[in-house]
Amino acid sequence: MTTPLLDIRGLTKAYPGVVANDDVSFAIAPGEVHALLGENGAGKSTMVKMIYGLVKPDSGTMALNGAPYTPSEPRAARNSGVAMVFQHFSLFEALTVAENIALGMENPPKPRDLSERISSVSKAYGLPLDPESLVGDLSAGERQRVEIIRCLLQDPKLLIMDEPTSVLTPQEVEILFHTLRKLSAEGTAILYISHKLEEIRTLCDEATILRLGKVVGECTPREVSAAQMAEMMVGKSLAVPARAATEPGAVLLSVNNLTLPAASPFGTSLKEVFLEVRAGEVLGIGGVAGNGQDELLAVISGERRAPAGSITFKDVDISTDNPNSRRNAGLLSAPEERLGHAAAPDMSLTENAVLTGQARKKLAKNGFISWTRARAFADDIIEKFDVRTPGNATAARALSGGNLQKFVIGREILQDPEVLIVNQPTWGVDASAAADIRQALLDLAEGGTGVIVISQDLDELLEISDRFCALNEGRLSDPRPARDLSMEEIGLMLGGAHGMEEAHI
Amino acid sequence: MIDPITLIVALVTISTPVLLAALGELVVEKSGVLNLGVEGMMIMGAVCGFIVANQTGSPTLAFIAGMAGGAAMAAIFAVLTQFLMSNQVATGLALTLFGLGLAALLGVGYEGQPIPDVAKPLPEALRTIPIIGPIALGHDLVTYIAIAAIFAVWYVLKHTRTGLIIRAVGENHDAAHALGYKVIRIRCMAILFGGAMAGLGGAFLSLIYVENWVQGMTAGAGWIALALVVFAAWKPGRVLFGAWLFGGIAALQLRLQTTEINVPVALLDASPYLVTIFVLVLMSSDRAKAALNAPAALGKTFHASG
Repeated sequence: MTTPLLDIRGLTKAYPGVVANDDVSFAIAPGEVHALLGENGAGKSTMVKMIYGLVKPDSGTMALNGAPYTPSEPRAARNSGVAMVFQHFSLFEALTVAENIALGMENPPKPRDLSERISSVSKAYGLPLDPESLVGDLSAGERQRVEIIRCLLQDPKLLIMDEPTSVLTPQEVEILFHTLRKLSAEGTAILYISHKLEEIRTLCDEATILRLGKVVGECTPREVSAAQMAEMMVGKSLAVPARAATEPGAVLLSVNNLTLPAASPFGTSLKEVFLEVRAGEVLGIGGVAGNGQDELLAVISGERRAPAGSITFKDVDISTDNPNSRRNAGLLSAPEERLGHAAAPDMSLTENAVLTGQARKKLAKNGFISWTRARAFADDIIEKFDVRTPGNATAARALSGGNLQKFVIGREILQDPEVLIVNQPTWGVDASAAADIRQALLDLAEGGTGVIVISQDLDELLEISDRFCALNEGRLSDPRPARDLSMEEIGLMLGGAHGMEEAHI
Repeated sequence: MIDPITLIVALVTISTPVLLAALGELVVEKSGVLNLGVEGMMIMGAVCGFIVANQTGSPTLAFIAGMAGGAAMAAIFAVLTQFLMSNQVATGLALTLFGLGLAALLGVGYEGQPIPDVAKPLPEALRTIPIIGPIALGHDLVTYIAIAAIFAVWYVLKHTRTGLIIRAVGENHDAAHALGYKVIRIRCMAILFGGAMAGLGGAFLSLIYVENWVQGMTAGAGWIALALVVFAAWKPGRVLFGAWLFGGIAALQLRLQTTEINVPVALLDASPYLVTIFVLVLMSSDRAKAALNAPAALGKTFHASG
């Protein structure tokens, strides 16, 4: 057997109170596409941060091409030929593509030469990009191209990709995979981090599965089924959400030709949006991040006011009502960002429960809060939605993402909404909690509530929606019955590949 | 009547301290730090410069002392906000109050003391050319430095790698950290630069413009510098415009006071502040455009995690 490109032996990293990686070992051969698979919190991110020199391991060794490899900082990792495409936080919106790329290079050439090199590399790999455009104006797929080209300009031997497809349309994923296969054929090894099993089965040669910081299995993804990998990843088999078929009732909420300019320079304008939700149905809204999801939720929840006549709830025009009067009427919402938007980070769970629940659950009288009732409501949410917390006095910040998500969703569901709109209800939530949240949304619809689910997880939308529509650049497509849709059709509804073309060479 | 040539000369002189302080603060804010202590750093520059000039008789040493005084104040701010993670707004406000008080203490007994004249850089023959002489060639070295600094700051921020890194850190410190840039070190350097520039502006005030030490002599110039940076949408060229506008109205109202026109003196005194802010608000009224230039991480505490 040849020397592996990267050989990891017994890597351990502990943070106060949690062991992120416990004695992890695996090896990657040159040109191999290796998957690192695991749930949120399984230790994937810590693992790659150690390889990229952002975090120092407590113990264990790494070897690159047989030589000891101990990167003290990302710069050292880049010099050794290790490059990384991040999931979040590594592009600068107000800077141009060329500036962003220059920042990720050790010795960037002169601006003009750099632009030329960007153009030539982007052509060679079928990833067209204008070096002078502002990153803030690019779509998620184009932003990822910026990151990939930034890496490719360094001629990496190992390319780390952290959840690269979470923001892409199916067509864009297809093109990304072509690029990655081409790279792998040229001898670049790829460490591919994901929790999407089908992707790993189509792309990867080998997989290492992590659970709670430990390696729980290794497999060749093409030879095992997605269900087998899921079981290794989660540690138990998952229940598929079920619901009885119901006939949708009367129209509860309708949005009529709503056009609203963006509130911030890199926001999205909503353009001529029509939407209808009936009692007892789940309307799924798909779309790549940044195509108007936050704006749509804000305008329906009342955070932003709409022009009069554009939003009707139970035959009453509520376009200019504030969020509290909409809540009183029965229109509830749960935004995407849990900390700071759906919940106040430094306030206790009880206080957070009061923030949206006080009117419908009668938690306040004459301006005075009844803490007894508020605590009872918070405890009710904690119990019914299996929120793991020491108690209702814990600050929202102290909860893990998944637990807080269960709390904020549960808080709205227990207020008996007539229409509930949620954005990314299971983002960053582990698989079994996600299944619980989906089931709760389905149960809610069964009880006659109109539910709008905005999500980037297409599998989730197909699983729970009755009707599906797509948001693309602030426009909402016509809804279609979700049962008859194929992935290809959905991809086209999402705007296809945003002008991406496949590699020609 | 008001002589336009002396008015322009006065305008350039009055605007120099504000210009220097604003340029320093612009770099600090571009790196993502909001330092509200400009006033405190300026007054420390004024008093340190004055004391050293009085003691040594050397204007060069005096200006260096002014910069050191401002930078020392900035260093306190840097340690508190970058290493001890204190709130930038509160720390900056405290720095202003502390600077005003400390400067008053240091300056006791120096009011009205003699200081050496600061020589003009260009020869007498050039300065006496009609019109251009006084307007363009008769200023102090620090004034020329301030104007040159406009171009230097613009060029560095826009066209050099150093500037790109400063902007990147101010735009998204998590991303900059992930790429391996030393966010805290870069910000500390920017803060020290801002302090030195504010100190130089303060020293100009006490050594050249007023030629005396007076307690509280900055009289809000630091606050105007802060406002200039924001309303100029973090663009050096607009900072120059705003500073000259401020200096121009200040020079004009002093002359109007002597012509005994029928406007309350208090209103004239306030006019430079009012007009400058009003005009700059109008200029930056396109909020979407202004926000594009604003450093996105401005005032946010950076904490390296994991």
